[in-house]
Amino acid sequence: MSAPLTLKDFKSDQEVRWCPGCGDYAILSAMQKALADLGVSRENTVFVSGIGCSSRFPYYMNTYGFHSIHGRAPAVATGVKCANPELDVWVITGDGDGLSIGLGQLVHAIRRNLDFKIILFNNRIYGLTKGQYSPTSETGKVTKSTPDGSLDQPLNPLTVALASGATFVARCVDADVKHMQEVIARAAAHRGTAFVEVYQDCNVYNHHAFEYATDKKQRPDHLLYLEHGKPMVFGAGSDRGIRLDGLRPVVEKLDNGNQDGLLKHDESVHDPTLAMFLARMKHPEFPEPVGVLRAVSAPTYERRLMAQVQAAVEKRGNGDLDDLFNSGDVWDAK
Amino acid sequence: MKNPDTLEEAPAIDDSRIRLVDRVAIRFAGDSGDGMQLAGTQFTNTSAIFGNDVSTLPDFPAEIRAPAGTLAGVSGFQIQISSDDIFTPGDRIDALIAMNPAALKANLADLAGGGILIVNSDEFTPANLKRAGYAENPLESDLLADYRVHQIPITTHTVEAVKEAGLGSKESARCRNFYALGLVFWLYDRPLETTQNWIRRKFGKREDIARANELALHAGYNFGETAEMFALRYRVEPAKLPPGRYRNLTGNQALAIGLVAATRLAKKTLFYGSYPITPASDILHVLAGYKHFDVRTFQAEDEIAAVCSTIGAAYAGAIGVTASSGPGIALKQEAIGLAVMTELPIIVIDVQRGGPSTGLPTKTEQADLWQAIVGRNGECPVAVIAPMSPADCFEAAIEAVRIATRFMLPVMILSDGYIANSAEPWRVVKAADLAPIEIRHATNGGDFKPYQRDDHGSRPWAIPGTPGLEHRVGGLEKAAITGNVSYDPDNHQRMINQRADKIDRIAHEVPPQAVFGDTTGDLLIVTWGGTYGAARTATQRLQAQGASVSHAHLRWMNPFPANLGEVLGSFKHVLVCELNMGQLQTLIRGRYALDAEGLHKVKGRPFMVSEIVDAAERVLKAPSKSTGTHKSNGGVA
Ligand code: SF4
Repeated sequence: MSAPLTLKDFKSDQEVRWCPGCGDYAILSAMQKALADLGVSRENTVFVSGIGCSSRFPYYMNTYGFHSIHGRAPAVATGVKCANPELDVWVITGDGDGLSIGLGQLVHAIRRNLDFKIILFNNRIYGLTKGQYSPTSETGKVTKSTPDGSLDQPLNPLTVALASGATFVARCVDADVKHMQEVIARAAAHRGTAFVEVYQDCNVYNHHAFEYATDKKQRPDHLLYLEHGKPMVFGAGSDRGIRLDGLRPVVEKLDNGNQDGLLKHDESVHDPTLAMFLARMKHPEFPEPVGVLRAVSAPTYERRLMAQVQAAVEKRGNGDLDDLFNSGDVWDAK
Repeated sequence: MKNPDTLEEAPAIDDSRIRLVDRVAIRFAGDSGDGMQLAGTQFTNTSAIFGNDVSTLPDFPAEIRAPAGTLAGVSGFQIQISSDDIFTPGDRIDALIAMNPAALKANLADLAGGGILIVNSDEFTPANLKRAGYAENPLESDLLADYRVHQIPITTHTVEAVKEAGLGSKESARCRNFYALGLVFWLYDRPLETTQNWIRRKFGKREDIARANELALHAGYNFGETAEMFALRYRVEPAKLPPGRYRNLTGNQALAIGLVAATRLAKKTLFYGSYPITPASDILHVLAGYKHFDVRTFQAEDEIAAVCSTIGAAYAGAIGVTASSGPGIALKQEAIGLAVMTELPIIVIDVQRGGPSTGLPTKTEQADLWQAIVGRNGECPVAVIAPMSPADCFEAAIEAVRIATRFMLPVMILSDGYIANSAEPWRVVKAADLAPIEIRHATNGGDFKPYQRDDHGSRPWAIPGTPGLEHRVGGLEKAAITGNVSYDPDNHQRMINQRADKIDRIAHEVPPQAVFGDTTGDLLIVTWGGTYGAARTATQRLQAQGASVSHAHLRWMNPFPANLGEVLGSFKHVLVCELNMGQLQTLIRGRYALDAEGLHKVKGRPFMVSEIVDAAERVLKAPSKSTGTHKSNGGVA
């Protein structure tokens, strides 16, 4: 065996061409570091992307990579996995690629529970086409294409994933690289579709869109770091928590650090209700959850597909061409 | 060859009531719920097993159950059986079975004068007549004076005959298609055995239904025998097909089997990603039943996902195939461009139907030729092959896979609704006789370059999982050799040239254009795809009359065979017959700068032999070559 791979081994020879200061750099190096730490093999790893700034990602990974067309990366990845279920496949997409033109492909890939990982870079803007509002832009967003403010309601990537039946849903922010690596590692370990939203700063067209969540000082007050089995506590001095009031979550100031009655996180509960209301918690009313919202196990699409193939072979024997040609009503001409 | 219309000339044989004829064309027509496709298919299989050459034309409405009794709901199945080679289901029919007034109205015009007309008189009620738009009952008028009309209360007879099976009255009446089939079997002196076996296989679990259908089948047969309603019966002797084993295949079945065969020949896995669409869905249905061949079928959420999954599968080393019809192909085109750019071998099947837009979903047309060859953004060539008949789909599928994997590009198979649904005998091949398809995957070693071309101009097929070949592909222009992203102007020109060059090289890989008849002469009839049969029959007829006419049928549409220009240039006139408004004609004129004329028809139906004969005669009579004016109604343009 050769020496274990390092972050550098996952860097391709291509010059990275994102704008200086773009959040994509942090995601790229978190991914390279995470894969090196996981000890995956480069030849078994495939990155598939669509179109947009984020989708240039595969060019910079020294693995197999496929920069496909706008919105369709999940479909390309589906074919890759059906052809070779053994490969580790990552889908890289953005809020425009995955939630606008490619929403159909995203939802259907997730509902099938194909065993690949989807990383959605959410910067709430179209970067590559130079700054139009995106499906995650807040209503009223003033951009080149919406000088009087956008009219659309934003989509929430996590609720879309949950509504599609995602078996793994997580979120992280580009400014917290260490946590991002942990989330990536968790996604890699999941069997089935893993959906990860990354808050990503487009410093050219939508700088500071997530400042409340990325700025070191503000972060503790505005993010809820989820931990399985632990009470939901946040704030600079861990001084606040989340409690249920009927069917609604509420923020509670802790009395002397007393965590009694706080909601405990359970990522493994099959019913998606808890994950759904976590996903719906929005700044500024709530801290926004990061980490793993949901991780449940379910059979993957390709495993079930191969089981059907296997069952057919067992029942009918390995297909024989001459049997196939001679099936049905045949007759002989003399 | 004898004209089947002049039955009187046929000699009588042993049974003085049976006449021998060379060919006969029959059409079963009824409401879409009447089981006419089933009756037609059964008649086809029985005749094929009996040894006749057969050619069929199913014709059904786009609606699954249009309002009962209306013209919109009429479903028909035409079949021609012959003791010679035949290539078409027949221009005119010798016998029409009309299960209701609407079926009579929709089909009567195609019945030859003096032909046999069997009607289910039970259905000629005032309400049904009104639904079909008849002001008076045609059975009581002189509208049918030219035909040999047999009014039979088929429903009543059927219900009576199946009584002992103990079905309800509705289910009993539903057996009437088997009654009609039994009667037609008697009329054309066919054995019942094949259909009986089929009934037992199909309804094995419902003893009562199987019994009822058998009773109906026999009742129909016996009615013919005893009723003395028919003065004559007819027999078509077995055709002298080349010796061998045969089975009937529709084009869609032949494509499915051909794809499985090709994949085995390549020692690969078949991945089939598609989205349901008429008339292509049957390929998915058939392939979904071949999982024991490691066929992996995927019903995608839409046409785009279907083709993209196919590209992903090809990237990962499978034989990736997708299929659709015109509207779906339009949706797939961007992705097909991606496969051109990434130089991955995928197969795209277009089972053409009437367009534009949703058009005529269940009717045939050949108007996607331009869409196949040039319908994408940029200079984006793909190879295009058009099978010429249902059985030829088998070969076309294998050739498509061979070319796609050798040249690393998408190959489009242009079928059509007529080929897809009609059946003809296919001579069963032996797997061992099929040439293997050699696949060379890149392997580790040395300095791997994803776009380094081999002696076919192809880049290596390097599949994920292979150590040392990690590389990136995508839709952005590739630098020659390295495959890195490149916006360099000269490189772009070079890559465009290289992709076009691969197509040109295919022209030398496929058989040269053959000509049926003399290689020079007054007129060359040029066709492609499903128009083969009508044109070949027309050519034979014209040649028999002494006309200087030959026929060239194209299978590879892109590239054209290398010698095509020479072939075309050896005739005074070139007449391109196609079911569109002149798409191949225009390509030929542009490519070879010659004055090809055209016969165009877009009526959702195949050419009749007579239409091609007439057009050829008009061209031959014309004083000199003229481009003529455009006549949209089947005229020569
Ligand atoms: S436009 Fe925005 S998202 Fe795109 S590379 Fe530049 S900073 Fe990054």
